[in-house]
Amino acid sequence: MSFVDQFAHIERDKLLLALYSCTAVEVERALMQPEGNLESLLALLSPAAEPYIEEMAQRSAALTRQRFGANIGLYLPLYLSNLCANECDYCGFSMSNKLKRKVLNEQELAAEIAIIKSRGFDSILLVSGEHETKVGMDYFKRVLPIVKQQFSYLAMEVQPLEEIDYRQLVELGLDAVMVYQETYQAATYAKHHTRGNKQDFTYRLATPDRVASAGVDKIGLGVLLGLDDWRLDALLMGHHLNYLERHYWRTRFSISLPRLRPCTGGITPKVHLTDLGLVQMICAFRLFNQQLDISLSTREAPSLRDNLLPLGITQMSAGSSTQPGGYQAPESQLDQFEISDERTVEQVMTQMRLKGFNPVFKDWESAWIAC
Amino acid sequence: MLTIAGVEFESRLFTGTGKFRSSQLMLESIKASKSQLVTVAMKRIDLKTGADDLLTPLRKAGVRLLPNTSGARNAKEAIFAAELAREMLGTQWVKLEIHPDPKYLMPDAVETLAAAKTLCERGFIVMPYVHADPVLCRRLEEVGCAAVMPLASPIGTNQGLVTESFIKMIIEQAKVPVVIDAGIGAPSHAAHAMELGADAVLVNTAIASSASPIEMAQCFKDAVDCGRRAFEAGLGRVQTQAVHTSPLTGFLQQ
Repeated sequence: MSFVDQFAHIERDKLLLALYSCTAVEVERALMQPEGNLESLLALLSPAAEPYIEEMAQRSAALTRQRFGANIGLYLPLYLSNLCANECDYCGFSMSNKLKRKVLNEQELAAEIAIIKSRGFDSILLVSGEHETKVGMDYFKRVLPIVKQQFSYLAMEVQPLEEIDYRQLVELGLDAVMVYQETYQAATYAKHHTRGNKQDFTYRLATPDRVASAGVDKIGLGVLLGLDDWRLDALLMGHHLNYLERHYWRTRFSISLPRLRPCTGGITPKVHLTDLGLVQMICAFRLFNQQLDISLSTREAPSLRDNLLPLGITQMSAGSSTQPGGYQAPESQLDQFEISDERTVEQVMTQMRLKGFNPVFKDWESAWIAC
Repeated sequence: MLTIAGVEFESRLFTGTGKFRSSQLMLESIKASKSQLVTVAMKRIDLKTGADDLLTPLRKAGVRLLPNTSGARNAKEAIFAAELAREMLGTQWVKLEIHPDPKYLMPDAVETLAAAKTLCERGFIVMPYVHADPVLCRRLEEVGCAAVMPLASPIGTNQGLVTESFIKMIIEQAKVPVVIDAGIGAPSHAAHAMELGADAVLVNTAIASSASPIEMAQCFKDAVDCGRRAFEAGLGRVQTQAVHTSPLTGFLQQ
């Protein structure tokens, strides 16, 4: 039993119709709901909710402050490798891209860690392309203990693994797994993933179940905004989140809302998500789920990131590099995607404080893995 | 005066350190609250460097620290956090918090009792955060807890004394101080808890997330003082009907 079984019963066309035929009355009813549910999420993601964006933002901001206070968590991605055995037409790491491939060795890893630590970070997201043989469990088992010595909170965004693998990594200090479905629409998924294991839509869809069963503290869901109708993808992600919360009551969840960014050999988005749409999504998810972590990466521009700060965001990266070895020796041709906010973490923190937010580096106790 | 584990407290308002916009604002709010016991999450403290945006200013302020085990999901993790706190902060005091449910942050009674027993045996001064469960509070007292901290309503919700009926039973039965923790959203809630006979209240979100935390901290201080004084003065009984001024049995005295 996994989300795959439940997903099979979701009638995509019905939801799509409901999204686009939703009325202002239904949006107002959703706004009156004290607790979020899937019906109100649908209404708040619909075009009919656009005129209510200010009201949604006010409520989202207030709910976020009540739950999370003024705190905004700071983390950085650390790219382990850009090797990839998949072909995904939106990603710079795609296997057919002529790209200098690199896997960090232990010295290079230590050098990256030293730089990231010197900037104050204590929460790290290890990222790699999906390459099971060269950057698989053997590599992760070598790398995790080194990283965990330095960081309290350790998240990973790598290929989907088996439950038994996740269990082993939890023992080594794994706290969170980000596994983005990219799109919940199978036909669109097939179109963009043309080679490699990532073609298996169903295996990916069942991954959060395996992660949660293995006892990982937090699971990150996400859709790549621009591949297909974002309202429907966001709503289906809401269904996924709702299912996971019901089945795994100890697990925490986060979402990321990445908009498609230019990359080497990449496609142009089929659907353009406007800033208004992005704000609508953030607020709709906050009203749907008050305890959800919402992450914002450096994909977005500085001024937009500053303006999004109060609206529901709970964690951010700052001063990111999206290439293996990029903190020590940046080489532009290695990037997974171009970043938009190139400010240093100090500059981002200064802005946060000016706006009344409290940047937080540490919010987890690494020693707990010894238990 | 309130005494917990032999330490006397003039203030019956305990405060927290989370959710503030800056450490400066946190310090000034704590000062305004006149609180003498301030809880701090071990998960937020940077144990590796020791230099910390939370700890350093608090130490300077001279308040007694009550490290808490927030974030711990089971007894083992909580015990570990308490041991870390003892080593790092040099205090035996610990606010035991185990809430594995990230949605409502409800305390886990089973794990909390197990951890409390071990920590008391190891010489900690344990103040457990629990549901307003009178039997659990008695069990925690039996294993040696220095106080019990039943919740008024879920953490951070500002709902006030949702558990009032059970809080009354706990106050009636407890032989250790009862500190009402979590969910107190307004000074009137705090005053009411004190009027019921609670020994102290712990308030964080309502102060830290207020638009004017310093002002709100003072309001809570006043409310707690006022509620306590009213309790000590003795409140009149609440009756559903007016009391007759012409007694029916007055003739018996004639």
